[in-house]
Amino acid sequence: MARMLMKGNYAAVYGAAMAGCTAYYGYPITPASEVAESAAALFPKLGRTFVQAESEVAAINMVYGAAGSGQRVMTGSSGPGISLKMEGISYCAGAALPCVIIDIMRGGPGLGNIGPEQSDYNQVVKGGGHGNYRCIVLAPASCQEMCDYTMLAFELADKHRIPVFVLTDGVIGQMMESVVIPEPVKELPDKSDYAVFGTPLNKNLVNSIYIDHDELEHWNNELLKKYQNIEKKEVRCEEYRMEDAEIALIGYGSVSRVLRTVVDDAREKGHKIGLFRPITLFPFPKNEIAVLPERGIKRVLTVELSTGQLVDDVNLALAGAIKSDLYFRLGGNVPSADEITEKISELYGEVM
Amino acid sequence: MRKTVLRKPKGFNDVYKHKPGAEKDRTHYCPGCGHGILHKLIAEAMEDLDIVDKTILISPVGCSVFAYYYFDAGHFQAAHGRAPAIATATSRANPDKVVISYQGDGDLAAIGGNNIIQAANRGENIAVFFVNNAIYGMTGGQMAPTTLEGQVTTTTPYGRNVDTDGYPMKMCEVISQLTAPTYVERVSLHDAPHIRKTRNAVRKALLNAKERKGFQFVEVLSTCPSGWKMDPVKSMEWVKEKMLGMYPLGVYRDKGEEAKVITRPVPILEPGTVWEKLGISAEADVDFPRGDVPDEYRKMSIRVAGFGGQGIMVTGQALASVALEYGYNVSWLPSYGPEMRGGTANCSVNIQDGTIGAAEAVKPTMLLAMNRPSLEKFEKTIVAGGTLIYNSTLIDIEPERTDIKVFAVPITGIADELGNTRVQSLVNVGAYAAITGMFNVDHVIELLPKLFKGKSQTIIDLNAKAVKAGFDYVKENF
Repeated sequence: MARMLMKGNYAAVYGAAMAGCTAYYGYPITPASEVAESAAALFPKLGRTFVQAESEVAAINMVYGAAGSGQRVMTGSSGPGISLKMEGISYCAGAALPCVIIDIMRGGPGLGNIGPEQSDYNQVVKGGGHGNYRCIVLAPASCQEMCDYTMLAFELADKHRIPVFVLTDGVIGQMMESVVIPEPVKELPDKSDYAVFGTPLNKNLVNSIYIDHDELEHWNNELLKKYQNIEKKEVRCEEYRMEDAEIALIGYGSVSRVLRTVVDDAREKGHKIGLFRPITLFPFPKNEIAVLPERGIKRVLTVELSTGQLVDDVNLALAGAIKSDLYFRLGGNVPSADEITEKISELYGEVM
Repeated sequence: MRKTVLRKPKGFNDVYKHKPGAEKDRTHYCPGCGHGILHKLIAEAMEDLDIVDKTILISPVGCSVFAYYYFDAGHFQAAHGRAPAIATATSRANPDKVVISYQGDGDLAAIGGNNIIQAANRGENIAVFFVNNAIYGMTGGQMAPTTLEGQVTTTTPYGRNVDTDGYPMKMCEVISQLTAPTYVERVSLHDAPHIRKTRNAVRKALLNAKERKGFQFVEVLSTCPSGWKMDPVKSMEWVKEKMLGMYPLGVYRDKGEEAKVITRPVPILEPGTVWEKLGISAEADVDFPRGDVPDEYRKMSIRVAGFGGQGIMVTGQALASVALEYGYNVSWLPSYGPEMRGGTANCSVNIQDGTIGAAEAVKPTMLLAMNRPSLEKFEKTIVAGGTLIYNSTLIDIEPERTDIKVFAVPITGIADELGNTRVQSLVNVGAYAAITGMFNVDHVIELLPKLFKGKSQTIIDLNAKAVKAGFDYVKENF
């Protein structure tokens, strides 16, 4: 049956397999290890490549090699490993190579712990490595979405020739839910215009050097146009009970699930509260947030498992139009619905 | 009289189109630099071995960062030190191609030290040409791992001091300690006879690569007149006088006839066979018909808690797995992160129609407590009107709450009577089925082979008894 109970980490790899990903290069790290483990289990069965790399750095450079060879390729890790991969991701961005990177966020900085956090937001959403680049960032909030958005990540990666992150936290990676496995994609895009095949007619070059200043400036401007195009076309977000809401809760990933419960609890008491959930973190749904005041939203409360990384983007979008607050938990702690409800009463008691 | 025609080997591009500026017919290398000679030997071998149209070359960071200007091949330009990782992937993607990793000493022996060792150890089908000129050339003459003792560089202005800077790295010696490499040789470019030997080594490595005979490593002692601040002739002499003593030439490994052909499969897509290979059936999922479930059990948020080893996780997964077959949305979240300390375990299971919000059962509608600490910790979290099932075999206190339904079930005792404490999980599932009416015992038993995939019939039968025993106990006692 196509319906299976599985961890989010596994679901991502099923999504990759269905998307026609033919190579996985990775390194173990909690709480992302099951991504590598499931690739090790599934890919050989499919006649596809799995290599446990010697390091995170090697893994992302293998991804560069595979992507440059025209394969759909994936790697996965968690915060400390993602930090190590940043150089390679910058090279992939510079060479316009499509690839998919799963980040199952844990607590930081440093070794931190293996509990869930969302503190990779800045390093993943803003680029992270050196140079002017962006990656598309998808933020699943369920195991089904881990599967579906990983598939989508491959489509977007090829469509825009860009590294795409699937960014979530340990809760979504470690939890199990029912996942309906989608049909495998039948055909992959032709990449012969840039990929290196080593054949008589294909002498392509995968490269990120532009030694001439004007050429590099030109290339950066080309990349910028790509990112601007992505900002126009690829924004994804979700709303829940926002129709007549006066207070909007904003959060992504596992937090958005707790916020859903908060909204339901509040609605039962007659409070006009809704949930706004960004699904793409880059491109960020800034226009959709900017119009919230016009839609009758009087206050927003951003909830995140980081000390105010997501809220920076929310505030840029709102540009001070309405009051914006932040509530966060750290270190592996996830706020309960009641805890957030209490915060809401404390902040907005007078308007509710 | 024999006529010699001087021409560029076909392994080179006619015009170096990627090279910026007007001079598209000559290299960027300094006069007297060894890279030019080695490039020519490689390009000749590519032509003679007929591999021009099947070669993929990885250019490193260093002076040979622009190697891709010159060779008529497919090209990757690599991050510093990472050429062997990129070569690994492109070789795995294209197993029938000749993949060359061309690297300098800073790239290969310093920043990429681990990458080269690990690629060698995996026996990747790649040919590595390692240019050892005892210095960082591109960045202006800093110390390399191969810099000689006492050698003055811009970062060893008083000469390399082995007490503080370590000793020159002998990479052929390092690589030849590994089992996988097929061919490891150190050669030199300091005079014509040695260039001829280098030519042979290059050919041997590329022939082996063409025949897919695993990992080839050729270290080439080379000159850097600019970095060494010498004229080209003096540079040649310097290699001979200073480097040969530290870096003995010769073959460090040659498996010869013993060398195995390494075959790695071409990765395949074959979308039509993916589901079958992964055991996913194309048949539609058929839900079990649901029984009469009282309203209070239609939206379950369950905490299962106990000692590690009491089947806590299995209980939760079994509840979720069975509920899934009735078409419910389910989630299972293990105690995870900071809560994993102390040998206690718990998990959260949600079973409901519609979208599941928070995954953790912070305020469970049901607590299944397998030991006393779990009861003490979580009893207070149960929602008013909720349900407590506790393991009365091990828990010797009475629950305090009076606003919840309580089921004392000797779970461990029932399992022990069946002869195996480990079937407690399915005793739990049986008790849950009896209390909630959500599962039919026959359905649960029907699912056991799927839940215990790969386990023996004996284990499946025992668990079937466990489900029944848990179910019957509740039916008979409450």
